[in-house]
Parts: sequence; C-alpha cells; structure tokens
Amino acid sequence: MAQAVAIVGTGQTECGRRTDVSYPELVYEAVSRAFDDAGLVPDDIEAVVAGSMPPAMEGVNNPHLYWADAMGAGGKPLIRTATCGSTGISLAHTGFYHVASGMFDLVLVVGAEKMYEGDPQGTMATVADPFFQRPFLAGAPGIFSLQSNEWAHRYGIEEKRVRMAAAQLSVRNHDDALLNPYAHIRIKITVDDVLNSRIIAYPVRLLDVCPASDGACAVIMASERMAKKLGRPTAWIKGVGYCGEQAFFSEGDKVVWQSAINAAKSAYSQAGITNPRKDLDLAEVYNPFTFQEMLFYECFGFCDFGHGCDLVEQGVVMRGGDLPCDPSGGTLCTNPIGATGLQRVSEVVLHVTEKAGDRQIPGAKTGLAHAMGGLDQFNGIMIISSVL
Amino acid sequence: MAVKSRIVKGFISLPYNWSMGPTTTRFYEEFKNKRIMGTRCEKCNRVLIPARSFCSGCFVETTNWVQVSDEGTIRTWVLINFSYEGQPMAPPYITGIIDLDGADVGLPHFVGGVELDDLETVAKKVRIGGRVKAVWKENREGHILDIDYFKPIN
Repeated sequence: MAQAVAIVGTGQTECGRRTDVSYPELVYEAVSRAFDDAGLVPDDIEAVVAGSMPPAMEGVNNPHLYWADAMGAGGKPLIRTATCGSTGISLAHTGFYHVASGMFDLVLVVGAEKMYEGDPQGTMATVADPFFQRPFLAGAPGIFSLQSNEWAHRYGIEEKRVRMAAAQLSVRNHDDALLNPYAHIRIKITVDDVLNSRIIAYPVRLLDVCPASDGACAVIMASERMAKKLGRPTAWIKGVGYCGEQAFFSEGDKVVWQSAINAAKSAYSQAGITNPRKDLDLAEVYNPFTFQEMLFYECFGFCDFGHGCDLVEQGVVMRGGDLPCDPSGGTLCTNPIGATGLQRVSEVVLHVTEKAGDRQIPGAKTGLAHAMGGLDQFNGIMIISSVL
Repeated sequence: MAVKSRIVKGFISLPYNWSMGPTTTRFYEEFKNKRIMGTRCEKCNRVLIPARSFCSGCFVETTNWVQVSDEGTIRTWVLINFSYEGQPMAPPYITGIIDLDGADVGLPHFVGGVELDDLETVAKKVRIGGRVKAVWKENREGHILDIDYFKPIN
C-alpha cells in the first residue's frame, strides 16, 4: 500500500426528518463535529471530498457547490464522488487516495442527504436506463427483493426460515439503534412485529426495509506524519477494496456476487486478513434490507455460501456474538444515502478508538465498513484498525 | 427567538430527447413483428439481449443478429406493493427477470396473469424456474411495453 492513512476525526448529525435546518446547515453540523473531534479548524484542511445521491434527490444539481461554505472548502481543491448507495464508501476511498498518494496531509470527507426534500424512490427509479430497465426495476426495494428471492431459491432455504432470520436481524438492528444517538428509527420491536408487517416488495416487509433519512457525516483523514504530530485517538485504514459490474442488472450473478466478493478480497489482502470471522472484531455491513445482509456474510467470507442464516440463528452476528454486525443499528434504521457508507466508516472508527459510548463493542481493534450501490452494481469495503 | 424553519415547495420538470442509437432502434422495430432480437458476441459467444452494438464483457462490436424465443424461465421475481413517482402501473404487480430461450442475459419485465387477491400466498403461484411466454399487445409501437407481460405456462 502507498503512504499510510489515518482517520483522526468523525462527525455525524442526528438523523431523521431534519426540516429544522437547510441542506448546507445540515452539512455544517457534521463538519463542525468532525473538527471538534479532531481538534482542528477548516484552515488546517488541504482538500475536500464531498458526495451524495443523484442530485434529483434534493433538486439541487451538483450540491457540493451549494455545500462549499459549510465544509470550509473555499480556496481548496473540492471534488464530488457519487456512486449511488455506495457513495459514502466511495467518498472514504477518494479521501484515502488523496492522502495515500502523498499529495495531501489533511483531507475532509463529507457525505450528506436530505431525502425528505424530494422523492427518493422516484429518484432511484431514474437511475435505470430509459429504454429497457426503468419500468421494472422499481426503486430500491424491487431490485433487492429480486436478489433476495434468487438467493433463497438457489440454496433451497425454506421461506419460513429465511423470514425468521431476517426478522431477527431487524430486531437486532432496532435494539442497537436505541443505543445510537444519531440513529433515525428508534423503536422497540419484536420478531412478530416484523413478520406481521405489511409486504412492501415480497419477501421484504415494512420492518425489513430502511427508512429514508436526512443526515450528514464527515471524516477527517491524515497522513501518518500528520496523525502522529496531532497525537489524538487515531484509527488506521488497513485496506480498501471496490468493485463494479456491468450496467445491465440481469447480466451478472447477484447471489454469488462478484463485486462484493472481489471488494472484500482486495481489502482483506491489503489488510493481511486471512480469516475474517477471527480477524474482524465487528462489521458495519450496509443493510438497507434485512435479507440482503445474509447474502453479504457469504460474499465476505464470514461463512460458506448458502449459510448466511446460520450466523443469525447461532447469534454470531449479534451484539455479544463472535462477529457483531451493525452495532450502530445499521443502515436498516438510518439511511441518509449519501452519508450512509461514511457512517459505516465512522462507526468502525468510533469502536476501534473506544469512543462508541453505549454501543461500544468491548476491546474492538479491527473492523470492516461496507456499502453497496447502483442497481446492485457496486460494492466497496474499508478495513479499519486501532493499530498501524 | 426560536424560529421554525419555513418549507418552500418546488418542482422541476425537464424535457429530454434520448437517442436510442441504431441498434436499439432496430431491436424495437422487430418488436412490432413480435420478434425479440439479440446480438451474438463473436468473442465470448454470448447472445446479448436487448441487442447491443458492443459486448459488455469483451469490449468488441457485436453485429451478428439472432432471434431469441419469446418464451423462457423465471430467474427471479418480486411482488411490488408500494407506490412511487413515475411508476408504470398501480401496485400490486409482479416484475421478474426472464431468461429467454436462446439468450445469455436476462430480461427484466412484468409477470402477469397471476391472481393477486391474497398477497400472502403469491409465492405459491409464481415460481422461480417456472416457464413463461410473452403476451404481446395488439397495437405495437416499438417499445419495451409492446410486451404486456410474461404469462406463466404449463
């Protein structure tokens, strides 16, 4: 790997329906918190990376121009990175490239979304091409349910069993979100509540689906030299992996999902991870839909293919388990999409620097942050550790 | 003074003129005759649908047109039971990925002809691996919706 890259500060906003602030004010809230966390001021920053969903989401095209002042970006290089759902992890990767290259010592990375200002599903439906796919790939729930049905069928997982495992994941996420002050959906639910909730896109039910959220997240990255000079609690980026696929949704295999597999493989190889179940202390797996999370366990090597449900049933991925996943409450309970992948990164940073408060996984040293995007087209991973 | 944020309504409606290119244009012309055409890649030998002018995997031009069947197998399906702006029809309805006989890429489309009176039992009526056939519209204009839907057969 090139020059080592540290994360020296994170800032998240409270998420939900944030009609109390304008879009730049929301960004300002996250950025201010990141500066407070790092003990830095905007003048210290040399370059800024920013991103969000397709701008139709908020009706302001190229919103990074609108956010510039809220990021202290005046007089600095400013670049937009946007890959739909995976925007947040792509932002983290872009910031990493900036510092790893040796070009910059301190970089600010910002993701935000204000989904209550627009029409999220309508926006996402226009991500598909206008000639072939658009009428059929209905927003996010449609695509991911197509994938989930195929996955369960491929391995002959009985419907009752997969629904139960998905419901247990939903309960886990909702319980964990109660411990996260930034989470959007903060309600106590039961397995029966999930099983009996309304069908959104069969097999996905209301409590298997993430909300649309307003929220922002900011991260400050530093070179090794700068991080050591600052002498603050520091997390280190040990590996990054990103992989895309062909444009046509129905072309690739979305069950043994190559972009997810390849993203994990390259991140593991850089980080020296040979057994993710043993080497990782937690994983923030991007899970806007409960069913899909189990497919990721398989692609990331947490278990063999076809055995995603086992990890839920055995409690491996629960708080207190062998490999707790989404102890923040995850994407399922909070999804301001442009910020979501960066929230995964921030959450892992908080755990490995022992700043995760009530939701801390005791003794966590190394974690995985993930996000997925496009029409099931992109997967990105970052491995973050307390030691260089 | 505590001031409550004011919400301003806005609306953006923009017209577009999308060029299909000659390959997609011909693909949809063939729809008028109830023919689904693909192009075969000489390098990987896959039949790509909809017909493409270049291979998505090999990055070479594909000019060899072949007809594929309007019958195929359901690779996967989903029951859509939520509403969104720009939706093609009122929910509930079923979409799926259809692996047409003779094609190496699936086609996303509607699966119809299935009673949706009880959503909880829909999984008993639509089956992955089940056979389907295109139901063509009477008046065809060269559009993906010239196929009304794919109907389960057998």
